[in-house]
Amino acid sequence: MATITANTAPRTRRRAGPGLLPYLLSLPALLVTIGILIPFATAVYYSLQRYNLAFPAGRRMIWLDNFVALFSDGRFWGTIQVSLTYTVLTVGVQLLLGLGIALLLVRRTLVNDLMSVLLILPLMVAPAIASLMWKLMTNPNFGILSYFANSLGFTDFRWASDPSTAMFTVVLVDTWVYTPFIAILLLAGLRALPRQPFEAAELDGVPRSFVFFRITLPMLLPYILTASLFRMLDSIQQFDIVYAMTQGGPGDRLMLFQVRAYLEAFTFTNIGRSAAILMVLWAITFALSNIFIKQWLRLRARAHGRA
Amino acid sequence: MSFGRILRGVLLALVALFFLFPLVWVALMSFMTNADILRSPPSIVFTPTLENYAALIAGELSTNVGALKIDYMQNLLNSLILSACSVVLSLLLGVPAAYAFARFKFRLGENMAFTMLSFRFAPPLLVLLPLQLYFQDLGLSDTYVGLIWVYQLITLPLILWIVRGYFEDISEDIENAYRLDGHSWLRTFLKIAVPLARPGIAAAALLAFIFAWNNFIFALILGSSSIQPVTVGALAFITASGINYGQIAAALVLSILPTLALALYAQRYLVEGLSLGAVKG
Repeated sequence: MATITANTAPRTRRRAGPGLLPYLLSLPALLVTIGILIPFATAVYYSLQRYNLAFPAGRRMIWLDNFVALFSDGRFWGTIQVSLTYTVLTVGVQLLLGLGIALLLVRRTLVNDLMSVLLILPLMVAPAIASLMWKLMTNPNFGILSYFANSLGFTDFRWASDPSTAMFTVVLVDTWVYTPFIAILLLAGLRALPRQPFEAAELDGVPRSFVFFRITLPMLLPYILTASLFRMLDSIQQFDIVYAMTQGGPGDRLMLFQVRAYLEAFTFTNIGRSAAILMVLWAITFALSNIFIKQWLRLRARAHGRA
Repeated sequence: MSFGRILRGVLLALVALFFLFPLVWVALMSFMTNADILRSPPSIVFTPTLENYAALIAGELSTNVGALKIDYMQNLLNSLILSACSVVLSLLLGVPAAYAFARFKFRLGENMAFTMLSFRFAPPLLVLLPLQLYFQDLGLSDTYVGLIWVYQLITLPLILWIVRGYFEDISEDIENAYRLDGHSWLRTFLKIAVPLARPGIAAAALLAFIFAWNNFIFALILGSSSIQPVTVGALAFITASGINYGQIAAALVLSILPTLALALYAQRYLVEGLSLGAVKG
């Protein structure tokens, strides 16, 4: 975790010399935070070591060898591929679905308001628990979804336990949990848009598809970007849903970054290798979060009337 | 025009079906006996039973190989302790810091604020891996204190950034007027700023509670069975073989009811909280 600096909107003038006060106020929060920065530094150190809990005597600095080994290992490239697939699929599907739902609910009617409240329920279910719920529903013996699949003619649809449908199943669970996040963010965005361009377009009789692609979508873009980047950051780091569903299986089919790192550390006791995997993941999330924070600050300034 | 209305209705129904069906179905399962669950074709006509919940509360689960003692109520209690304490600690640490970041421009201030924000986006395992080894040395592994400390990664950024936004929206003039009356800085903070930001503080606290409750990976790595929250407890449940399916469903229902209730109560602030204060609902 490194510091991300950014220029915030200009502030109102402060009184001269608050002195030590702001430091005193933020010091406790900072101290707790530093306690967490130390482990981060340790993780960097581990990633440069041969460090396996099963062979403590063999522990020594090997500098970048862990990384060299990772990038010459086909299974790690598999992890990169699986993680990217998962991220692209979840964010893509959820963005389209979320945008559709937001457009469907944008008019303030009783039904729409009720729906937008009910929609937050899946989002409030712990992702690990959501996975277990879907596991119950896709159980081959009594799962209601297995029954439906069977009656639709998919006689041997085995959901997460079949390598060919495992990705589909966890993306489905992720979509169930997180689509409401994008939908309610975009709904808030749609409702915050200025009305004049739409009224003008209506007066001029502009076709609706033109209004959508030339007015709605461009004005909504900051919200779409923020929501997608937010979800991307979560998806590339996904652990709960996949671990609770299949622990990365079948085979290596769902071996996302954090799932592989978890198994390396806690099943194979290979701390050095696990730390190296996490460093690669961290580099990706750090780059993404820098882009995200710029977007997020812009929206935040707008929401607080300072842009 | 009426075709559009019908299409709209159908789409709405499909959305409702997809997002609500799993909740409804698992809730129904939790009132079914094993025989009802295993019936084919599945039926929503059955005699509801409270046995599954009774077994969970008693901590004696019936399985196909006899009774099994699982103290799921302890898991629920652990979730409550961990989430509530984490939120209280985050409020004590985060509200003054949020005020400092909102009111004063001081060296390193922004850097500190953004460092704390960046925790929200770093891979949790990166911190957990070394911490797990440290905790064994420090005697913090398997303690509430250790977990509550690490939970600050979730709750502190949330509270800090939402509450900061609320403080920034309060006019400084009100505080200055009060200060001119000769009141101390501390009094101004406690009597003016905090009460004015109260809706934001409450919303942030509720959301932080929900996110702490829903966390899985921290407790999976740092806690053993005695302090595990429901998210980890429920997983152990489903992997233990032979437990009645209705009891698993009941356990899942119990684990999500508190957060669903809180979310419905706080839904007005949800958009703002979920976007860390970037979008107002």
